[in-house]
Amino acid sequence: MTYKIVASQCTSCSACEAECPNVAISEKNGTFVINPKKCTECIGYFDVPQCVAVCPVDDTCVIDTSLPRYQAAGGAA
Amino acid sequence: MESLSTETIDVGQAQSIDDVMQKVAEHKGCGTSGGSGKASCGSGAGENDLPQEIWDKVKNHPCYSEEAHHHYARMHVAVAPACNIQCNYCNRKYDCANESRPGVVSEKLTPEQASKKVLAVASTIPQMTVLGIAGPGDPLANPEKTFKTFELISQTAPDIKLCLSTNGLALPEHVDTIAKYNVDHVTITINMVDPDIGAQIYPWIFWNRKRIFGREAAEILTQHQMRGLEMLTERGILCKVNSVMIPGINDKHLVEVNKAVKSRGAFLHNIMPLISSPEHGTVFGLNGQRGPTAQELKALQDSCEGEMNMMRHCRQCRADAVGLLGEDRSAEFTTDKIMAMEVTYDLESRQAYQAQVEIERQKVAAAKNAELNTLAGEGNEDIKILIAVATKGSGRVNEHFGHAKEFQIYELSTKGAKFIGHRRVDLYCQGGYGEEDSLETIIRAINDCTAVFVAKIGGCPKNDLLKAGIDPVDEFAFEFIEQSAITYFKRYLDKVNSGEMEHKERGDATIRQGAYITA
Repeated sequence: MTYKIVASQCTSCSACEAECPNVAISEKNGTFVINPKKCTECIGYFDVPQCVAVCPVDDTCVIDTSLPRYQAAGGAA
Repeated sequence: MESLSTETIDVGQAQSIDDVMQKVAEHKGCGTSGGSGKASCGSGAGENDLPQEIWDKVKNHPCYSEEAHHHYARMHVAVAPACNIQCNYCNRKYDCANESRPGVVSEKLTPEQASKKVLAVASTIPQMTVLGIAGPGDPLANPEKTFKTFELISQTAPDIKLCLSTNGLALPEHVDTIAKYNVDHVTITINMVDPDIGAQIYPWIFWNRKRIFGREAAEILTQHQMRGLEMLTERGILCKVNSVMIPGINDKHLVEVNKAVKSRGAFLHNIMPLISSPEHGTVFGLNGQRGPTAQELKALQDSCEGEMNMMRHCRQCRADAVGLLGEDRSAEFTTDKIMAMEVTYDLESRQAYQAQVEIERQKVAAAKNAELNTLAGEGNEDIKILIAVATKGSGRVNEHFGHAKEFQIYELSTKGAKFIGHRRVDLYCQGGYGEEDSLETIIRAINDCTAVFVAKIGGCPKNDLLKAGIDPVDEFAFEFIEQSAITYFKRYLDKVNSGEMEHKERGDATIRQGAYITA
């Protein structure tokens, strides 16, 4: 599974777009979305998911559901 | 890590820059000389107070020269939405078009849209001389968009000065690009040089692909800010430092910040009051952190003035502001309107217009100097009063009391009339917080003033002002501000000397915190 962006909280600041190592994030109808086919949760690239680390609004880039990192950490990454 | 590599680049045009920096260094002493009868060199500096090279760089820049801000306009283009740090006084989510504060913007622009907007504004407002990129995030957290915009504008409108405003985290790695695009003014927001204080202002930074918290974050930030500032001054780029005054957190500490930035070659220090209301949704707004009063702010600015040039005319404007400082014409230049505009960039007519502005400006300065001479030998050096002035610009008393959205504040003494700040008096936006009586708001905002100079004023407000002990003065309508102020002050002294009235301290005033109505 992948990360997703909570549209109602997104400020459209675009910070996540530049940080994503998979070029999985793009602007759509005024807010940003993560392409679930491309998102790797940054596993293999960075210790923390880049969109989560850079997003200015907490709990806006969130895990979609049961994904490898989530299960391994036993909680939110 | 990548930020370290930039230091190895050598400075090419060393000779001319050394020259300028030498002048900067010589100039720094001027604030301490005092008592010369001139307004303190500060941002209020005129042609005679500054070395020619620096004067040439700042004289038409409204954000760097107090005198210029009466005559010249600036615009910001909102091409840089992303940010790399989190500040407790900032919340980017809230965008009311009627609100003015940094970090807020109505619409983002692409570099191409921004370039078109600059041309449209420059053609409509010929005294617009400065383009800044100030966000709404951090320009250097969006380097491609920021530098693309500078590139496009320098190609089509080469006479417009470029500047940018940054938190400094990514500054060291971009200094050489800044120099390459001839950005000649950079503002760095520096609120602390002590990481323990920084930890109370910045919850986290995004650095090296990680979110870093607390003291460690503030330590990295302050290191980058200081090194960035040093690297800019080495390259002859003029640096202004902005600081947000947060009572109880960094208010006393800003004296240390002032020393630190002065020693690294900053040209101007702008200490601004914290803007903090619960409705802004910022950490400080929600936890009840207050901003300073007008007199607290002035006392801190005064105490730093002996150390270096202080800026007092900052309006803490939005990242998409357009127009003279204190006015905002951004609603005339929305993307839809710009894209529909036929724009031809007419450099010649802009220059002709600006030549007229220069003539007007010299008249203001000449009138001030002539009047100042009549103050010589008056005695009463201890007496200082503040006056509030309703003005639309051009250095004249030319605004109706009831139409003023802000008042400019001058301190009058036997040394002359010195600009010390402005007070916003506009109402909260519709549906906002509190239906306050506008006159009460105005009186609270200028309560420390002895008089208010206006082009015109109605009978009712006149009486209420008199009751509050503020003298409403309309006899200088459309005259030059400083000349009129000195005339008024001479009369004031005469009355005090003859015993007709007693000189009294006026007390404190409130700094407006709410939304800004621009319509």
